[in-house]
Amino acid sequence: MSNLLLVLIVVLVAAAAVALVVIGYRLAIARRSQSALLAPPETKTPINAQEVEPDPDQAIISPPVELKEGGTDTGLDSKEELEEALRAEATRAEATKAEATKAEATKAEPLRLRDRLGRTRAAFAGALAGVSGRSSMDDEAWESLEEALISADVGVSTATRLVEAVRASAKAAKIKDGSEVEGLLRREIALLLSPADRTLQMAVSGPTVWMFVGVNGVGKTTTIAKLATREGAAGRHVVLAAADTFRAAAAEQLGIWAERSGATLVRGDEGADPGSVVFNAMASANSRGADLVLVDTAGRLHTKVNLMEELKKLRRIVDKTPDSLTEVILVLDATTGQNGLTQAREFAAAVEVTGVALTKLDGTAKGGIVLAIQSELGIPVKIVGVGEGPEDLIPFDPEEFAAALFGE
Amino acid sequence: MFDSLSGRFDAIFTRMRGRGRLSDADIDEIAREIRLALLEADVNVRVVKDFISRIKERATGAEVAKSLTPAQQVIKIVHEELVATLGSTTVKLTMNPKPPTVVMLSGLQGSGKTTAAAKLARLLKSQGLQPLLVAADLQRPAAVEQLRVLGKRIDVPVFYAKEGSPQNAVDVARSAFDEAARLGRNVMIVDTAGRLQIDEALMDELIAVRDIVKPTNSLLVVDAMTGQEAVNIAVAFDQAIGLDGVILTKIDGDARGGAALSVKAVVGKPIIYVGTGETLEDFEPFHPDRMASRILGMGDVLSLIEKAEAAFTAEDAQATEEKMRSGQFTLDDFLDQMQQVRKMGPIGNIMKMLPGVPKELKGAEVDESQLGRVEAIIRSMTAEERRDPSVINGSRRSRIAKGSGTSTQEVNALLKQFKTVQQMMKSMSQGKKPRLPIPGMPIR
Repeated sequence: MSNLLLVLIVVLVAAAAVALVVIGYRLAIARRSQSALLAPPETKTPINAQEVEPDPDQAIISPPVELKEGGTDTGLDSKEELEEALRAEATRAEATKAEATKAEATKAEPLRLRDRLGRTRAAFAGALAGVSGRSSMDDEAWESLEEALISADVGVSTATRLVEAVRASAKAAKIKDGSEVEGLLRREIALLLSPADRTLQMAVSGPTVWMFVGVNGVGKTTTIAKLATREGAAGRHVVLAAADTFRAAAAEQLGIWAERSGATLVRGDEGADPGSVVFNAMASANSRGADLVLVDTAGRLHTKVNLMEELKKLRRIVDKTPDSLTEVILVLDATTGQNGLTQAREFAAAVEVTGVALTKLDGTAKGGIVLAIQSELGIPVKIVGVGEGPEDLIPFDPEEFAAALFGE
Repeated sequence: MFDSLSGRFDAIFTRMRGRGRLSDADIDEIAREIRLALLEADVNVRVVKDFISRIKERATGAEVAKSLTPAQQVIKIVHEELVATLGSTTVKLTMNPKPPTVVMLSGLQGSGKTTAAAKLARLLKSQGLQPLLVAADLQRPAAVEQLRVLGKRIDVPVFYAKEGSPQNAVDVARSAFDEAARLGRNVMIVDTAGRLQIDEALMDELIAVRDIVKPTNSLLVVDAMTGQEAVNIAVAFDQAIGLDGVILTKIDGDARGGAALSVKAVVGKPIIYVGTGETLEDFEPFHPDRMASRILGMGDVLSLIEKAEAAFTAEDAQATEEKMRSGQFTLDDFLDQMQQVRKMGPIGNIMKMLPGVPKELKGAEVDESQLGRVEAIIRSMTAEERRDPSVINGSRRSRIAKGSGTSTQEVNALLKQFKTVQQMMKSMSQGKKPRLPIPGMPIR
């Protein structure tokens, strides 16, 4: 009952405030444009005027349901054209593949995090040289250590906590040397990340389902493509469920990867209900006796309630085949800042995330936010993406990750 | 996590209440809080350092204005500095006197270039220009298709490499000019492949494309959720191809967007547009003052106003205000208001945007389905009852409850609450401090 009252008050306060604000604002505009006319010429009146009179259709928010509709137009004029486009892609794919094989031939060893992070380390070494070369640690040195962590997107609270812990243990062990302190900190970070199972689980029987979720543009489709290639090469029958029916050409993108990796693609039309795609993919996997279903979902900001509800629904559809869903992977871009923790929290609350795929770690970004994600939410990193090739997928190693945070 | 900078300051300022001037120690303490707030908003460490030293300088010398509390004074200084750093006016694209004007978009993978290209094309088209989209992203599978689909949706032609023609970005860029001339297009928007700033081969390709298209506006597309890395990205792209401005995408999330400040501070180029949502219309010019408020977590009043203006007309608002003041606010008006407010999005979001709303209300989970119940109750009343709820007696009450599928208790509660709120409205508009019926909820 009290909730009802709260709603009532909230609505009225909002309505009243909105009404008053609009009126007050109108008055302010009137005053502002008057004074703008009187103001000296260097204040740019036209820009002001443009700023305060926003284009009405820019501010309209359409009701959420409509977001997913109106997408019946596939945009491709005819079937031939689509085929032509896909052929062109295939040609390109061949070229990429050839290059990839060439690259592989020159570099026979399997990729490791350390190899890929070489550039990162070089770029970062300068920032820390001051600490590792020191024979004693003063406040400034400790501060620069903390700043190095913050620069790696570890976040202020985690960075402070780590540095304080190391400071205490350094004091206890009477360690003063900068490089030893750094070693301590590295161990502390690795420890924070260590106790975790990072294997991608398979179902005991029947098809296994791994679902991929995350905000827009983090690399969900690319990560799935890499996994499809890897698991396909390991002899597994993989089904790709193109449940991103929102982004234009998302299913085409996945289709190209399906073709390259020999996986089966299940898709719907653009704007179709993603639930139906997942349903069909499950049916197809069950009837064909497939080993693995990788579900690609549309990128969504964790703040969009309706889209998060849609995600829950997708999970419920998968859960109709009991015990098949073994992994819900949150794909996270290494360049993501502090918002990454909020993302993880929200997605975990909605669909019980089991692990993180950290992508784009081949740049100079460190992805330090995964420290906070594991220490606060207990969600470990399970996959690391370091490039665009199908084999650029490597296991996560806490020691190496910790070293990379400091550029070693 | 602190909700806003003003919330952080509260603790400091209650301790030093009564003093008119800030001591050096106060300022140091405040500076630490500002630093924390900015770092949590993902502003780059080095940018924060510079910023703090400027704030300290201004705060130390500043007389505390009579009308402001020290807290307000400091926040004002911080806000002003933020706005100044972000750029004080809204910047527009540069138009080439000799068409076509070329806009080249670049950035990391997944920053939102393709979507931004289409959104920009739609915006320019609505301003009477004739854009041509150029699909120069030949790296990501189906990127060309994505742009073509979007182009079709907004009815803007898309130039792309057909089968048989050379499949590389430089050639596409070169041939695009002929296509623009053929179709009489005066703006070319070039969508390039996403690339990491340290990928030399792809950066060289980008430089080659730039040399061909000679962009009038070279825009970097940056994700609002980007962390400390934003600085490295911006500097590297600026050094490689030269930037004229920035498009900040995905600001409809809850990231504070400190990246905007970092980028502006290190490359000095303005943020021109922001991407604000999933649909192609969700694209706006950048407003530095709003971004400043957002980085500080201060409630985005201006965006609220825009939303309000889309849902209400000024006349509506005036009429409502009039009614509230005179105490003639009926249940009909309330129903009307509720529908208007709902048009602006989830109530919870609106409350978050309102400044000065107490935490208790801001954090309250507002169950939207409850709104439906309220609506059902009111709709089950006759016109007369809505106008004058005092006629509602016992039998009417149970009729209303039955009609709306609720209980008489709920109907009672609604009526009682409505009466209280009605009085509150009246006193609020008379300039008195309203007394809310829930304890501990003063409104500033």
